[in-house]
Amino acid sequence: MRKGLVAALVVLALGAGSGHARAQSDADTLKGIEKYREALADDNPADLWEARGAELWAARRGPKSSSLAQCDLGKGPGVVKGAYAELPRYFADADRVMDLETRLLHCMVALQGFSAAEATRRTFGNGGSRSDFEALSAFVAAQSKGAKMNVSLEHPKERAAYLLGEQMFFYRGGPHDFACATCHGESNKRIRLQDLPNLTDAKDAQRAYTAWPAYRVSQGELRTMQWRLNDCFRQQRFPQLKFASDTSIALTVFLAHNANGGVFSAPTVKR
Amino acid sequence: MFSRKSFLALAVLLAGCAAMSAGDYRDRAAQMMKGDFSERGQAGLGRLDQDETQALCSRRPADGALDRDAAARIEKLNLDGVRYPAAGRLLGDWREGEKIAQSGVGKQFSDNPKAPSGGNCYACHQLSPEELSFGTIGPSLRSFAKTRGGGEAMQRYVYAKIYNPEAFTACSSMPRFGRNGILTEDQIRHLTALLLDPQSPVNR
Repeated sequence: MRKGLVAALVVLALGAGSGHARAQSDADTLKGIEKYREALADDNPADLWEARGAELWAARRGPKSSSLAQCDLGKGPGVVKGAYAELPRYFADADRVMDLETRLLHCMVALQGFSAAEATRRTFGNGGSRSDFEALSAFVAAQSKGAKMNVSLEHPKERAAYLLGEQMFFYRGGPHDFACATCHGESNKRIRLQDLPNLTDAKDAQRAYTAWPAYRVSQGELRTMQWRLNDCFRQQRFPQLKFASDTSIALTVFLAHNANGGVFSAPTVKR
Repeated sequence: MFSRKSFLALAVLLAGCAAMSAGDYRDRAAQMMKGDFSERGQAGLGRLDQDETQALCSRRPADGALDRDAAARIEKLNLDGVRYPAAGRLLGDWREGEKIAQSGVGKQFSDNPKAPSGGNCYACHQLSPEELSFGTIGPSLRSFAKTRGGGEAMQRYVYAKIYNPEAFTACSSMPRFGRNGILTEDQIRHLTALLLDPQSPVNR
């Protein structure tokens, strides 16, 4: 993998550096990016997070010295296979729509006896300090590989979450007037050389949503949908999105439902 | 047995629950967002409060196109607020402009609030032909002055457009760099030069 990556980076650097023969250079740059992406897909460090997540799922932890093995992700206690492709969903025991991470938090509190504050001390990993949510999300999401996204809006609270998420997607604010839609409301656009998915379009939404969680090469971390939204809002110049908040869940319902029918393929690897 | 009055009240209430309008969802979404963010660094919760332009421009495709009166109102409101440099030239130094166009920092909670912000123009626009890493959300600005001229009127237009794009195109995706205090007057003059100076790589 490393050799292919280096070769691709060299092509990328050469393509970007040349001022002559612009059209040729443009084409080389795009080819370089393609090669870089292919090289990344060869091998995926997300496996490490997945393995740690499997251990965390089975380990007896917390004041109740209990595992998460009886956690109900929507398909019955302990059923992990295919669960992520149907999240977020309404959970009667909490009377709330929840995405994966919110549900994991719920189980850490209800089954393992952690306080919410303890459980959310490290929601996103950073170098030496690792996040249990990222590992558990990698483990759970990987058990939906090959499943078709199938997020229901049958329950009134699911329907309401979708409609609220839609409004939030188009909500402009901050010093730059940005909404999610500013970058993700039109097809075939880029920022610099980065392609932007149109998250209101089924094909683009499917491709984008089914690729998260993902291992981010640039950060050396496995990142989840909660992280993705958090970092989008940072770039939108908004304040910080609260982890497992109703806003984060409503937006996830909007994005996940738009991706219905897409074949789930995460965890993937990204630049 | 319900009285006629309470029966009516109940019917109205039920109808309200059954059919929340788009406007109701918009209000609820805004309300929900205000509780679901926390202040961090320079990004305070006030950033979630919309001004009239932002509120009118937060439309879903299902809401249809903005009507003409509202668009005219947004443009007038924003044009009235454009402040030109008190004295001196509208054209600064295109070399400084190029640096500002390349820089994407500023106003994020992860940014140093004391450092100057960039314009991040290349994120969305093609400008100098040497820079191949440009985005496509905005139109290409390559050879800008060659195709549109660079006289006094054009200089005033470009300065004002960067200062506040909503003055000319209601609900533009481009930030209101001057009006919202992202870029200083001098920075906007440098960017104006990047677009209009005949020596700028944009026009070579």
